[in-house]
Amino acid sequence: MVELVLFIIFALAALLGAVTTVWARNAIYSALGLMLTLFSVAVFYVSNGAHFVAAVQVIVYAGAVMTLFLFVIMLIGVDRTEDRRENLPVQRPMALGLLALFGAAVLVAGRFTWVTGPGGGTGAEGTVENLGNELFRRWVLPFELTALLLIIAAVGTIALGLFRRGESQPGDGEDAA
Amino acid sequence: MTVTPGWYMALAAVLFVIGASGLLLRRNALVMFMSVELMLNAANLSFVAAGRELGILDGQVAVFFVMVVAAAEVVVGLAIIVTVFRRRATASVDELSGLKG
Repeated sequence: MVELVLFIIFALAALLGAVTTVWARNAIYSALGLMLTLFSVAVFYVSNGAHFVAAVQVIVYAGAVMTLFLFVIMLIGVDRTEDRRENLPVQRPMALGLLALFGAAVLVAGRFTWVTGPGGGTGAEGTVENLGNELFRRWVLPFELTALLLIIAAVGTIALGLFRRGESQPGDGEDAA
Repeated sequence: MTVTPGWYMALAAVLFVIGASGLLLRRNALVMFMSVELMLNAANLSFVAAGRELGILDGQVAVFFVMVVAAAEVVVGLAIIVTVFRRRATASVDELSGLKG
């Protein structure tokens, strides 16, 4: 019963946040809507027994990633509202048609599998201990690879930030590496 | 009336479709990027719901890895957006037609 009430409230919040993200003219409102959706998804994680993942969601996504987004929005300029004229003539009808098709496909696929099944099981508890056992026993190599990935991303970002306007870019003729 | 994992999956599907519509219909690179994050979160939610249905932790481990990759992707993507903005003074993807020929 509690879960049902929580689901209804936060599903509405998540949908509102998602629609705001897509629809808002101002990028700041988009970011705030996305934050609302991220928090709602964290609540869903908790009610599915994924406590650690919920904590990571709030800290990493709603904290770090959204802060980064807000930084970049402020950097690029908040008051640039885009005009909504579409240059490609068939883009919007085709996009809406594709979305309708995709939504129908998802709903049809949902009827085949266990979407309507009994469910309701609590599943495995996603405590730090359980998740750590899983992560550092079975998934050690992928875990280390994510460390490598993060280093590559950090180095790539620094490299992107180093090139100023007017300087030679890598691939502009000379080797600027 | 219990909330089955199927409900979460249906919600995840709706969130994914909304994110995909943002990616298709908006032209501000930042908003498109946020739509990608929305789609990633929808996928994560369905991972967790499926893990609960099956009673295993693999779904949550998958979510963990998706989060790490998404964080790296956000860092690089935002750096690219800022770099493009410094060179072209626009964040609209329609004006970035330098490869059009």
